[in-house]
Amino acid sequence: MNGTFFDVAHLLAGGLVLLSLLLLYQDRMFGLLNVFALHAVVLSASVAWQGHIQGAPHLFITALIALVLKAIIIPVALRRIVVRLGIHRTIETVVGVGPTMLAGMGLVALSMVVMLRATATADPLAREDLAFALSVVLLGLLMMVTRRNAVSQIVGFMSLENGLILAATGAKGMPLVVEISVAFSVLVAFIVIGVFLFRIRERFDSVDVAALDAFRGERR
Amino acid sequence: MALIRDLLLQGAQVLLVLVLAPALLGFTRKVKARLLRRRGPPLLQPYLDLLRLIRKEAVIADNASWLFRSGPYMIFAATWVAAALVPTFATGLAFSWAGDLIAITALIGSARFFLALVGMDVGTSFGGIGSSREMMFASLAEPAMIMIVFTVALVAGSTQLSTIANYMLDHASLRVSLGLALVALIIVAIAENARIPVDNPATHLELTMVHEAMVLEYSGRHLAMIELAAAVKLLLYISLIACIFLPWGLAPAHGGLAAHAAGAAAYVAKLLLGGFLLVLFETSIAKMRVFRVPDFLGIALMLGLLGTLLLFVSRSF
Repeated sequence: MNGTFFDVAHLLAGGLVLLSLLLLYQDRMFGLLNVFALHAVVLSASVAWQGHIQGAPHLFITALIALVLKAIIIPVALRRIVVRLGIHRTIETVVGVGPTMLAGMGLVALSMVVMLRATATADPLAREDLAFALSVVLLGLLMMVTRRNAVSQIVGFMSLENGLILAATGAKGMPLVVEISVAFSVLVAFIVIGVFLFRIRERFDSVDVAALDAFRGERR
Repeated sequence: MALIRDLLLQGAQVLLVLVLAPALLGFTRKVKARLLRRRGPPLLQPYLDLLRLIRKEAVIADNASWLFRSGPYMIFAATWVAAALVPTFATGLAFSWAGDLIAITALIGSARFFLALVGMDVGTSFGGIGSSREMMFASLAEPAMIMIVFTVALVAGSTQLSTIANYMLDHASLRVSLGLALVALIIVAIAENARIPVDNPATHLELTMVHEAMVLEYSGRHLAMIELAAAVKLLLYISLIACIFLPWGLAPAHGGLAAHAAGAAAYVAKLLLGGFLLVLFETSIAKMRVFRVPDFLGIALMLGLLGTLLLFVSRSF
């Protein structure tokens, strides 16, 4: 029975890494938001499963927060922002999809090697969960680096935060207060970024962050 | 007596894949038409089409070489042998020692090689376009297939399909790397069979066709061979996925007649399920641009690579 518990937890965490790679692959705005919502749904399923295995009912609350906040509210809000600002529906990337995916693969390999070496004595479930969580975090960072559009950078940031939650629930004994405060700080960050988006758009007529470089006199 | 029985079973398997292939094609066309709220051709239409093509005269271009005439038979033979080696309703058949994943990949690869050659043989521009695109896709689909083979072989400890199916039956578990291999194999199967996001099997629009462009010059019995080979290839991929990832219902090596009948029924059910899911996917998605296909296939390659990687890092993935 323990084996099945382990396998399902593993599969959900692996699915999260897969969805992070799919986020890198998407080149349309609405497709990106849909995949992001799915990312959050898989995350909340994974957290709920961890709560079930560890017998920790407070994890169900975390799962519920992730589901409501990240799978419903934030994607819907982002979608409305995209529609209202009339942002281009295609996403410009700094480098092509192929090299980005290869870099993503490299990051996944790196996090596996690092995590499995560093935590050799830990409980195997927590250990491989941590390895997956680290790859989700790194892929989120990669997404923020390789996208020029501010909305997809937000999505990258949110998926990074999903990785942090995955790591936090994998380790036993994370207090609920911390998780709730993390969830709400993400919401606050989202609101701040949303306000910034409107400001950037107002001033530069575009949410392409390359416009900021020109403004600061860094390029051209 | 046991030898005769084994050979009979293997013969039944060889015939089964050939007989069921057009029916599967007819089934997918029917379901697709139904999903689009049309009535669709009858289930037996592919058989009738094949019969009609065989009866018709074959028109051959003046400058066609011997390759153009013999190509369809080679393509069909390679595909048929590959399909006959996949355990469909029973494991441990007489020739199951030959049912090796690498051998099957190589057989499909050589069929594709001949197809690309005969596409260029007459020298029309469409054939050339089709062949070059097919090779572009193949250069990504084949490494992806090899990576999938590695992943499955690392898990099961063998590349022989019978052994793999038995391993999967005994050690059924949800493994991340097998999940990755499954998604990758589905992508490769869609690309190899020229199904919708990659190529449209029903179109003859010049700019988008890949598979149809290569076989444009064929008619009569040659075209019948190529169409039949395409049908067998679709059946082959669905059987492969069913055999590796859904081995329940396969008859054991020395089961009785009842076990084999049950295995055959399970196999037909799996084929219907596979065909239905394929059509459902096809109707819910639009065809992608040709130059977007390498990205799509790149995903398959990447997933295969990731699966192998995970297995190397830790045995428990």
